[in-house]
Amino acid sequence: MKFRRIGSDLKVVYLQYRRNPAALFFSFFFPILIVALFGYIFSGAGSAVTTVVVLNEDQNSPASVAFLAALNNTSVVQVQVVGGSSWTPSNFAAELGSAGASVGLIVPAGFQANYSAHTNVSLALFVNPTDAASAGTAEGAIQGVANGFNLHAADGRAIITIASIHNVGSQIYTYIDYLIPGLIGFTILTSPMFSMVDIAASYRKDGIFRELSLTPLTRSEWLTSHILWYIVLTFINAGIMIAFGVGVFSAHLSIGLGMIPFLLVGTFLFVSIGMLSGTVAKTPESAAIIGNIITFPMMFLSGTFFPVSSFPPWLQTVAHVLPLYYVIDGLDQAMLFGNWNRAALDLTIVLVIAVVVFVMAVRFFRWRDS
Amino acid sequence: MPNAIEVRGLVKNYGTLRAVDGIQFSVAAGSVFAFLGPNGAGKTTTTEILEGLRPKTAGDVRVLGLDPWTQGAELHQKIGVIPQDFRFFERITPAEGIEYYSALFGTHPDASAILSRVALSDKADARYDTLSGGQKQKMGLALALTNDPEICFLDEPTTGLDPAARRAIWEVIRSLKREGRTVFLTTHYLEEAEILADQVAIIHHGHIIATGTPSEIISAHGRPPRLRLAAGPDVAAFVQRTLGATATVENGYVEVVVHDKDESLRVLSAVQSSGLPWSSFTTEHDTLEDVFVRMVGRMDDGALKSEGAT
Repeated sequence: MKFRRIGSDLKVVYLQYRRNPAALFFSFFFPILIVALFGYIFSGAGSAVTTVVVLNEDQNSPASVAFLAALNNTSVVQVQVVGGSSWTPSNFAAELGSAGASVGLIVPAGFQANYSAHTNVSLALFVNPTDAASAGTAEGAIQGVANGFNLHAADGRAIITIASIHNVGSQIYTYIDYLIPGLIGFTILTSPMFSMVDIAASYRKDGIFRELSLTPLTRSEWLTSHILWYIVLTFINAGIMIAFGVGVFSAHLSIGLGMIPFLLVGTFLFVSIGMLSGTVAKTPESAAIIGNIITFPMMFLSGTFFPVSSFPPWLQTVAHVLPLYYVIDGLDQAMLFGNWNRAALDLTIVLVIAVVVFVMAVRFFRWRDS
Repeated sequence: MPNAIEVRGLVKNYGTLRAVDGIQFSVAAGSVFAFLGPNGAGKTTTTEILEGLRPKTAGDVRVLGLDPWTQGAELHQKIGVIPQDFRFFERITPAEGIEYYSALFGTHPDASAILSRVALSDKADARYDTLSGGQKQKMGLALALTNDPEICFLDEPTTGLDPAARRAIWEVIRSLKREGRTVFLTTHYLEEAEILADQVAIIHHGHIIATGTPSEIISAHGRPPRLRLAAGPDVAAFVQRTLGATATVENGYVEVVVHDKDESLRVLSAVQSSGLPWSSFTTEHDTLEDVFVRMVGRMDDGALKSEGAT
């Protein structure tokens, strides 16, 4: 391995890329387009009505009833008060789950007394993290009504507050928060897959690999320069999408070093898969078909656009065999939940698959015919 | 001078098909060697084996003393190759291509000098996909020169080029020889081989059917020189009767086999004094192309007849 040769090959890859308008579009404009599209479709100003299941522990006091009526009047949520022996605060979360509800709210005992006395009272909000759009809508509506009550009673001092109860974190996630890591995973998949499959197959057909075999450039140097190139592109894409998501849609993402290993290893994986697909195919046309067969299921079933936990169980099983699932789950863990144990597990899985595929790609990839 | 290329008993099989069947030849260092043969004769296979692009089945192949397949990396530092139908990165210019190859080889050639010797200076910054066929071929030639090679392999470098572009490539080949480089050339154009080559080998059905300088091959395998007279059959009969020469009649012409200038003069003066009508004469020599077409055609006829017999 010589860095001089990797560097000069990287420069050719860059020039080829810079002079290709379609590639520029897919790297720079497409990420913005797709974030904007999905962002507006799914986190738009909530025209759909979200049902909030409410357990009123304050014995239907006038203040609590008034609060819930106000909430119902927002027209973005629909309040459904539940009661009876099966609904208790301790099993509320479980009951919500079995009832298929996404959002639940507990109005605590003493709500009216505290409100009248201007002492703090906390509402417990339950959300389903896989249905982030409903969660966001409900949080916004409840917060809005609480603000109104606070203003009315105590000149805006926070009396009624939301204590969000969440299984994995302390803040409410909106759809866009899930969307950004998913879309980063999407470009980690598609950007190397679509071009590497084509490069591997067409360079062989056109004799460019043969041409390169007559130079001192080695196959592993060539592969390395391409992996480095797609890593650069991945970082640019991820940067654009994060900036756009945070700037335009106020996504709550922790942008830290934790996401970097996934960008590196994920790209390494899909460059290798693309290379392997293009290498084993006989013609550029069959390479494209193989590439699509690999790419399309992953594109939709790995948690790119919708959380995998919202899938039916059998589809979740399918998702769990797709390598991209672990890239996106790892990005979710690193960027949203700070769950480093699970992120490390995801990273290990991706790394193992990547190394295996890379070794196979190097093994099957030939400069010369026999 | 030692031989730059040494081939003994080279065999290449593709499955059950034997593409090259035990061929043998050598190329002297500093010479231009033309390797000729019809399509499918084993020409490109042999060339690719010499370049280290294909493994051989059997035999001994040495290029600059190296085994091209197992010592390819070392060999590729010393040779320059333009494959048949040279293709390159679509959006890269000749100047960038030379810079790229120089970095890969670790050489420091004068890029503008290379471009001007292949007559491509005006297209130094034009993308590959905007170049014409001849310009692409020149770019391939320029890249093959970035590592200052001892041997240049040119696989059909002028196929499909217009006459001016072809002559430009010829000029480069001549200059390579002047610089003491060995040139291994394959071509379909026999006149090209005749003009450029010191040595020629003709391969057909995996066998070498002729080797030597172009004139050696012509005198060994061609017909003798002929005097061609615009005259009728009575002239042919007269020449045969009076001089005992071999004469044939064809389309209003009479061809008389003559072995030297004295014989030519005897035939002409006899015909002139006979009083028979004739108008003009030319002398005919076989070209390499005539020889090639006759040899290859004869062998194919033979093959067809033997196939028909079975």
